[in-house]
Amino acid sequence: MVEQVLISKRVRSRTKFSQLPATLIIGGILVGFLFCVAILSFVWTPYDPITLNVRNRYLPIGSEGYLLGTDKFGRDVLTQIIMGARNSLFVSVVSTLISLMIGTLLGLYVAAAGARVKNIVSRAVDVGVAIPGILIAMVLATAIGPGNTAAITAIIIWFIPVSARVVIGPAVQVLSQDYIEAAFGYGRKKWFVLFNHVLPNISSTIIVQASVMFAAAILIEAALSFLGVGAQSPIASWGRTLKEAQPLMEIAPSLMVVPGLAIVFAVLGFNLLGDGLRAYLDPQQTRKR
Amino acid sequence: MLTIQNLHVTIAGHSVAKVESLEISKGQRIGLVGESGSGKSMIVMSILGLQPKSAKVTGSIKFNGVELIGLPEKKLADIRGGLIGLVPQDPTKSLNPTMRIGRQIAEAVSLHSIDGKKTVNRRVRELIDNVRLPDPDRIIRSYPHQLSGGQQQRVLIAMAIACDPMLLIADEATTALDVTVQGEILKLLLALSKELEMGLIFVSHDLGVVRFVCQNVAVIYGGQIVEFGPVDSVIDHPAHRYSDALITANIAFPENEADVARDLSELRSIKGSVPAIGEFPDGCRFRNRCGFAVTACRLFVPLQQVDNGHLHRCCNPISYTGKSDATH
Repeated sequence: MVEQVLISKRVRSRTKFSQLPATLIIGGILVGFLFCVAILSFVWTPYDPITLNVRNRYLPIGSEGYLLGTDKFGRDVLTQIIMGARNSLFVSVVSTLISLMIGTLLGLYVAAAGARVKNIVSRAVDVGVAIPGILIAMVLATAIGPGNTAAITAIIIWFIPVSARVVIGPAVQVLSQDYIEAAFGYGRKKWFVLFNHVLPNISSTIIVQASVMFAAAILIEAALSFLGVGAQSPIASWGRTLKEAQPLMEIAPSLMVVPGLAIVFAVLGFNLLGDGLRAYLDPQQTRKR
Repeated sequence: MLTIQNLHVTIAGHSVAKVESLEISKGQRIGLVGESGSGKSMIVMSILGLQPKSAKVTGSIKFNGVELIGLPEKKLADIRGGLIGLVPQDPTKSLNPTMRIGRQIAEAVSLHSIDGKKTVNRRVRELIDNVRLPDPDRIIRSYPHQLSGGQQQRVLIAMAIACDPMLLIADEATTALDVTVQGEILKLLLALSKELEMGLIFVSHDLGVVRFVCQNVAVIYGGQIVEFGPVDSVIDHPAHRYSDALITANIAFPENEADVARDLSELRSIKGSVPAIGEFPDGCRFRNRCGFAVTACRLFVPLQQVDNGHLHRCCNPISYTGKSDATH
């Protein structure tokens, strides 16, 4: 552990921008761009996202005034994509953060608990990981009605066991370190030790896991709204844009390609960012692989 | 101040430590000596309630009249650090690598007594000064890996004495350090114990070190105290065969070449190794490694008095003239 920190410190103090992992830079740019677009949508979009304009239906990509063309109601596709980015990020950020928080607390609790609790909860977590999340979403949508709330709740339920499992392993390892025993020896109480001594030492794992979960959440959000379980009209969403374009594949193929590419780049961006962060925060582990 | 009575630690039904009686009064320094696996750490850890989860502790450990065995975890946490400080074995592994030294000491300070950022900071500096660390500004800003082992141990001592404990437990506190640094840390512990009138339980396998620091010493084997008494008396005139074996296994500080030659010829290792838990023989636990075992060793041997305050449990003890007393 000490050597690990030593190495990463030494590396970090010397790293210049050009020495950062390429994946980190590319991922960072893609994710940063996505966030900028999503924030921009609050102030400005090329056209009003809801207003229909039947005269300009099915304009191809590159039409004058409509960079990415228009859909069957004559709405600007670029506007739809920008609004979709906002919804996509909203759902994935909210759900990932909440499930990470709950999952981390659960993971820390389990890691410090006795053998019996550890066994029972670990197995329960394994079961939780095995349950297909789409199924949870479908059930939830029938129960509370489709929409962003259903999507967010489903992703949270899906991700809690995933993030708990990621935390338990490293937390157990850190808990066996001498400095944890020393901390108890100075009279620190369990949760104080967990937050002040265990959490900082597993933060790199959690940060990397978060970016991987963001990527998955974006994909899941798109899938759910494609299936009609997620965001409902008039809220723009990449999955729904894709679904609406599906029957029109032969008339206007670009209507499917554009949201598809948006999803690809968003997921790619978060995955690259996660990979890059892992290489940056934990060089030793990366070298071992 | 600290009274241990009939302490019995068992793991899965096997006895790993058994102390009939041990008392430490205010400001007293006592050494616990024994090989690795002799159970000395188990005894001190059960005082703090930090024994492994699989271990079961019975008996009585009273600290200022408060019974520590069976005390709820929350109350134990107040006693740890607050009244009893712990200096851990390996300083390089005992500090959180992701946290600056200043914050770690401040944590120990603010946990039990002092509030308010300014008071805490002043106390942190005072502690750094107490343990004779130079350049407090740099130390406070440093991460553990930027300090040497000796400096790290000083930081840990500062944390242990942060709340003016009445008793300090040093569990092999100098074992992981360079010999050159060991001496300084020992002097520091000794000086602090005297200045702050702190009791000290000093766990070590080095009798020379114990003689330097402590007033009394308990030699531990198989989880039992086999010999107890004032350091000089025990080291110069050991009664128990195990104490004697430990002393002859220790290289004395040679003053000339003749000393070196004598030391090397007298140097003995102890036959065999400490048995695993549950494999100790009945009666005297040392008898299967002892060259002087007699029939009586098969029976339980109680502690017996040699001299005022010097106790041992040996059936065939070394008499004061150094000859074996074989009348038993």
